[in-house]
Amino acid sequence: MTRKMLLMGNEAIARGAVEAGVQAATAYPGTPSSEVFSTLARFAREYDYYAEWSVNEKVALEVAAGAAYAGARAIVSMKQVGLNVAADPLMTLAYIGVKGGLVLVVADDPGPHSSQNEQDTRVFARFAKLPVFDPASPQEAKDMTIAAFELSEKLRLPVFIRPTTRSCHVCQDVTINETGPRNRIGFEKDPSWVIFPSLAYKKHKWLNEQQETTRKIFNESPFNKLELKTRAGIITSGVAYNYVREALDMLHMEVSLLKIGTPYPLPDEPVLQLLNNTDRVLVIEEQEPVVEDQVIAMAWKNGVATQISGKNDRLVPREGELNVDKARDILMNYFGLTGSEKFLAAIGDSQPAAGTNGTTAAPERPPLPERAPILCAGCPHRASFYVFKEAAHRDAAVFTGDIGCYTLGVMPPLSAMDTCLCMGASVTVASGLAAVEKDRKHVAFLGDSTFFHTGLAGLVNAVYNNSDITLVVLDNRTTAMTGHQPHPGLNRTATGINEKHIDIAEVARAVGVEFVREVDPYDLAAAREAAIAAMEHKGVSVVIMKRECISIVKPVKKCTVDHEKCIGCKKCINELGCPALMPDGDKVTIGNTCNGCHVCGQICPVGAIGEVVL
Amino acid sequence: MRMDIVIAGVGGQGTVLASRVIAQAAMDAGLAVRTSETIGMAQREGNVTSHVRIGDPLYGALIPDGAADVLLGFEMAETVRWLHKLKKDGRVLANSARIIPVSVTSGRSTYDADSILDFLRSNTNNLTMLDATELAIRAGNYRATNTVLLGAMSTIPGLPFEAEGLLSALLATIPAKLRDINSRALELGRQAVEVL
Repeated sequence: MTRKMLLMGNEAIARGAVEAGVQAATAYPGTPSSEVFSTLARFAREYDYYAEWSVNEKVALEVAAGAAYAGARAIVSMKQVGLNVAADPLMTLAYIGVKGGLVLVVADDPGPHSSQNEQDTRVFARFAKLPVFDPASPQEAKDMTIAAFELSEKLRLPVFIRPTTRSCHVCQDVTINETGPRNRIGFEKDPSWVIFPSLAYKKHKWLNEQQETTRKIFNESPFNKLELKTRAGIITSGVAYNYVREALDMLHMEVSLLKIGTPYPLPDEPVLQLLNNTDRVLVIEEQEPVVEDQVIAMAWKNGVATQISGKNDRLVPREGELNVDKARDILMNYFGLTGSEKFLAAIGDSQPAAGTNGTTAAPERPPLPERAPILCAGCPHRASFYVFKEAAHRDAAVFTGDIGCYTLGVMPPLSAMDTCLCMGASVTVASGLAAVEKDRKHVAFLGDSTFFHTGLAGLVNAVYNNSDITLVVLDNRTTAMTGHQPHPGLNRTATGINEKHIDIAEVARAVGVEFVREVDPYDLAAAREAAIAAMEHKGVSVVIMKRECISIVKPVKKCTVDHEKCIGCKKCINELGCPALMPDGDKVTIGNTCNGCHVCGQICPVGAIGEVVL
Repeated sequence: MRMDIVIAGVGGQGTVLASRVIAQAAMDAGLAVRTSETIGMAQREGNVTSHVRIGDPLYGALIPDGAADVLLGFEMAETVRWLHKLKKDGRVLANSARIIPVSVTSGRSTYDADSILDFLRSNTNNLTMLDATELAIRAGNYRATNTVLLGAMSTIPGLPFEAEGLLSALLATIPAKLRDINSRALELGRQAVEVL
């Protein structure tokens, strides 16, 4: 029986996997991909499949590969930069291949909204010589997931799904179908599972041949659609298709249009059919010119003279994400529809509200408050940064940062982060700085989940090489930024209670760290004492700032300001930058987002901030 | 039938829940929907928007500039920040309550409430303001601000679904223990617009 449900793109991918009879699911969280696996974890018992949050993306891909070696249908999900961590197994897994279908969901983040770069996973897919699907909507993401499992088994290759933020975090009424049959499990011993230089050469040849096989399959794919109408054409891929369609409607334009859902290997039949029936073609896609470069190569190889435009002649931006307005501007520019008169005539009834787009004389918009994301009210990281900043005499020490909520420690007034590169780089970058800058203190900050992800290797390296650094583990008992996933330090897994959690302090001692201190950052005096002692210690010192993320505990207290005592010095506001603290005339008041951490109360010079039990 | 709704607010105010509830109500009425939401880093007290698109034809989830039929503003300055999404004569329902960001309390930015309010008034033809945060506190919890605004939205003429659809979609989404507060908040939001 089919029915419809309101599903986010990530949930739709998970549903597609369930319908395809998935047997193993692994992931490491990362925006915008996290909900693919959270959804799969939720349904693991009901549909009886294996599901794990892995410690990092390399591990996730390898576990999924193992399951697929045995014939299981496996899905692994991560964000685009996570694929870099998984690149080592990926590049050779393409040679080895799989038995059960293996689908890699790698979510890209053009913009970027929540990432440190805008890398394009379609380029990675082409580099690894693996097929990639590029969904335009949640429904298509679900349909592509099912198709990807089938294709993976047909080719015996891992297959990519590359959604972007605007397909991951978009909801749609999605059709729900019955679940399909399961694969039979059984790993068959064979030398072809063991990569070896002589096998690698043979497999590389096979992999290259699979490119053309895949291209032929994609020539028949329902995810690529060609509409021939005019002698000018547009080729568009993924979510950009939506923007182009809507912009064409807006401009009351009809052109030949090729929608690409499988950008690598690019199907040559629809592309050549379009090229042979047009004089010029514009390629509109987000991020890198993946489709465009292949179209140019196809035109060259086939001696087609159709003019091809896009990113190579700078008509379409490579940076940031596209939207309808940008697509409209690109089309107007390409078709010479410049000038507001033509445009307004074309868009007819959808004129902007007065004063917002210069259509009528209107007062200029007043300056709006800057509202960048910051640490939540009561966030324990604020206290941790505060004491270390204090212990380091403000700006003397270098604070190396990492990836997580705590990256927001960079925001003023804390300004407690001097570097941030990638997962786990806090401790290693600190080691590198300390190796050459011997007269300075170097303090690395990373979260509990990041510690297990890639921080641990850096810590072992620091101990082994006698690095003089302090590592602060901001242990808020969750993976907060991506939606509160568990990690090895907790007594739960993706699907239930875990009896074996791994204690970070014990790990640090076991690898040879001589100074290990665990402290509650809400207790400023104790935290300050630990910070000072750790920074004085010669060699590697580890301080674990242990306190639950405020989003996973119910507040039991709230702070209040006694206006009789408050002298209006605003030290609390100016030094902590907690969003619950607000000026109230000459005094300070505490808003309703307060979680009662009472860190402000501990720095108030006149003891004006008290607590009330809720 | 097509309707585009932009919801603008601050991370933590529940804009995601609001757009899901509207979309579910539209879906329950047999309409096609798309939403797009701000999830991830930008959620932490940053400015956030949700887009809800209802009807046919539907392409992407992002609403172009000057195309929204309704702007649901959860916070006054954020309402102005996203006013360019509204079409001419589009309807604005805005919370008059303000959330002062740390950038302002620590003196790195300004929140000139009077000129922001003046701008909002003089640049909209169809503006309804209400103190949704105050009404939410009256309903039992300031966190129900989003529900108050949904209640206010349910009064809009020409909505493609019945007002009751919003309540049932909301009640189906939230935990049972929050149903009383949210039912009250929805009703207070509805009444606030009706008496204006």
